[in-house]
Amino acid sequence: MKKSIFFGTLALSGIAAGAAAAGTLDDVKARGKLNCGVSTGLVGFAAPDANGNWDGFDVAVCRAVAVATLGDANAVEFVPTTGKTRFTALASGEVDMLARNTTWTFSRDVDLKFEFVGVNYYDGQGFMVPKDLGVSSAKDLDGATVCIQTGTTTELNLADFFRSNNISYEPVPIETNAEAQQQYLAGACDVYTTDASGLAATRATFENPGDHVLLPEIISKEPLGPLVRHGDSEWGDIVRWTLNAMITAEELGVTSANAGEMAGGTNNPEINRLLGSEGTLGEMLGLSADWAKNVIMSQGNYGEVFERNIGENTPIGLARGLNAQWTNGGLIYSPPFR
Amino acid sequence: MAEKSFVRMEMLPEQAPPASSVGVIGWVRANLFSSWFNSILTVISIYFIWRVLAGILPWVFLSVWDADSLAGCREVIAANWPGAESAEHACWAVINERWLQLLYGFYPPELYWRPNLAIILLFVALAPVLFADRVPRKLLYVTMVYPFLMPWLLWGGTIWGPLMAAAGFVIGFYVIKILSDEIGALSAMIVGVLATVTWWLGAGPAVADALSGTLPIGIEAVESRKFGGFMLSVLIGVVAIGVSLPIGIVLALGRQSDLLIVKGICVGFIEFIRGVPLITLLFVASTLLNIFLPPGTNFDIILRVMIMVTLFAAAYMAEVIRGGLAALPKGQYEGADSLGLDYWQSQRLIIMPQALKISIPGIVSTFIGIFKDTTLVSIIGLLDPLGLANAIRADAAWNGVYWELFAFIALLFFVFCFSMSRYSMYLERKLQTDHR
Repeated sequence: MKKSIFFGTLALSGIAAGAAAAGTLDDVKARGKLNCGVSTGLVGFAAPDANGNWDGFDVAVCRAVAVATLGDANAVEFVPTTGKTRFTALASGEVDMLARNTTWTFSRDVDLKFEFVGVNYYDGQGFMVPKDLGVSSAKDLDGATVCIQTGTTTELNLADFFRSNNISYEPVPIETNAEAQQQYLAGACDVYTTDASGLAATRATFENPGDHVLLPEIISKEPLGPLVRHGDSEWGDIVRWTLNAMITAEELGVTSANAGEMAGGTNNPEINRLLGSEGTLGEMLGLSADWAKNVIMSQGNYGEVFERNIGENTPIGLARGLNAQWTNGGLIYSPPFR
Repeated sequence: MAEKSFVRMEMLPEQAPPASSVGVIGWVRANLFSSWFNSILTVISIYFIWRVLAGILPWVFLSVWDADSLAGCREVIAANWPGAESAEHACWAVINERWLQLLYGFYPPELYWRPNLAIILLFVALAPVLFADRVPRKLLYVTMVYPFLMPWLLWGGTIWGPLMAAAGFVIGFYVIKILSDEIGALSAMIVGVLATVTWWLGAGPAVADALSGTLPIGIEAVESRKFGGFMLSVLIGVVAIGVSLPIGIVLALGRQSDLLIVKGICVGFIEFIRGVPLITLLFVASTLLNIFLPPGTNFDIILRVMIMVTLFAAAYMAEVIRGGLAALPKGQYEGADSLGLDYWQSQRLIIMPQALKISIPGIVSTFIGIFKDTTLVSIIGLLDPLGLANAIRADAAWNGVYWELFAFIALLFFVFCFSMSRYSMYLERKLQTDHR
């Protein structure tokens, strides 16, 4: 009885919270700043530089939304969140959105009452081994010692993979990526497994990256994307279509360099609708007509953001792979701007 | 019987001791090679010390200070020390580039003078407390003002907020002073506390708003999100240390009280807080409170963390002081009673000075522990030095740098903790009154 009263009160306060938090866009405009939850530091995705300015692939999404809503890429308060605090920070309204390499899963979407607005990076769990181990496939890893972060989905994926292939392994539990790098280099384990993007970033820091290879098997699906909380679909739309605008811009060949020129009008009606010279798409979102143009001019299109932060010319050196445009055989696909 | 016998007629002059038993050689013989077993131990020890130093010293001193990335460091190492592994030479360039960030977090660089001034004033404010016999007592005024000055310096904003907070104490003090003759000490204290709290919650902020509207005196405000690095650790540590001692004393006294409710509350509080890990309390502060508080409530995350760490420290402090109280012979209490002192007088003049003196090692030990525990805040996403170390590694240029960052952070913590420890030993020597 007492319990039900307690939870009833909780639920009521939850409803009150939801009601009061409706109109995130208005809150953001009144505040003049977007509160964006990012990681406390992940190579290529979010990191502060020596002057405290955040930069990275996820950070660009935050900045893009700030440009769309407030017209200023620096009107963002970056709230560093850990894997443990990120969901509460979003649910409690401490942040307006989360762009923190978070895997879109059923339970997070449905049970935790969040709304993933899209996918900005398709990741998957991979393996890294020293070259002189002479292994070319993860299926040859029978009896290997594996460095694995505890308490993550990677641990479960690993167990599933080895069991379904009927081979054995010996886990070396570690806590952080930093620890994993040290253990792996010290030879405490034969294999290091985590998200493929993380493996590539880790390998890039080694003194001799060529001595280590990433195995071809990707054993899990990790679609990473920005998310907002339930209860304010208008806000969710803004974040979703800001991301889609960047993706569409790449597909249509609109870049930060030519967006200003193209906004004057082109022969392609979709570009015109995207950049606001035709139609009223911005108005429908409650934003200015040139919101997408501003986003692209400030942050660049999806491809530019990718190349700048994690692409092949950066130390991390990720290939587009699954994250190429659908026209190039990848999965990055935006619904039409119509 | 004509044999002559010889008797020395004068004393021989005193001779210097043999060269092998004085000076360096003598010391070495006496201390390091006094027997064959000690000689073996000495040789083995020297070998191990040499091995350790031979590894560490080149790493520390034959190192790279100028580079813009870890790869840059490795190039310099390859150029300067051909054939060396990069792990054999430190890459201090990361500290060179980020040391200000490790110290101040994201605090605006043009305002660094404010935390600097705050820490200088901290020492000025602590001097009359720590070295009471060496500095003028007038400095105590700085000590009294400091708790209001420090937040204003760090967070900035209008000056009226801290002034009104201070006014609350003044109001409470005078209410107690005036009323204690009229309605008795205990009732006056209750009324005084109520008056202070009412002022803080009601009138104070309103008056502060009104005054800052008419007389806008203030300095640029800095948000809590900008706090980080070692400054954050020191801030949380100093507040927790400074506030937990008085609370701990009150709790320790409350636990020994004969009043059932007071005793119950104190015991419950101490046992609950001590029974829960600090990290749990920090999670409550960072996540649970967010959900309970109405949305839009701006309850500063650093303030929440400081409150939790302070409560945690206070519970431990209470038990340390209770140990000191328990060590006092019963005669001291009876002596105080026989002098006709009331409860507070006897605590202030007889009991506490002795109990606290006995507890000094325990108190300082708790202080050091709490100061080091502040690094736990990195788990809830505050960027203390350890959190920043992770953030710095997330920069593609510095990904892969570990030991240099941790060595620097360890050095900073060691300086603080070692000073506290030395001070406690100084204080023990100074207060030593028994004749051992």
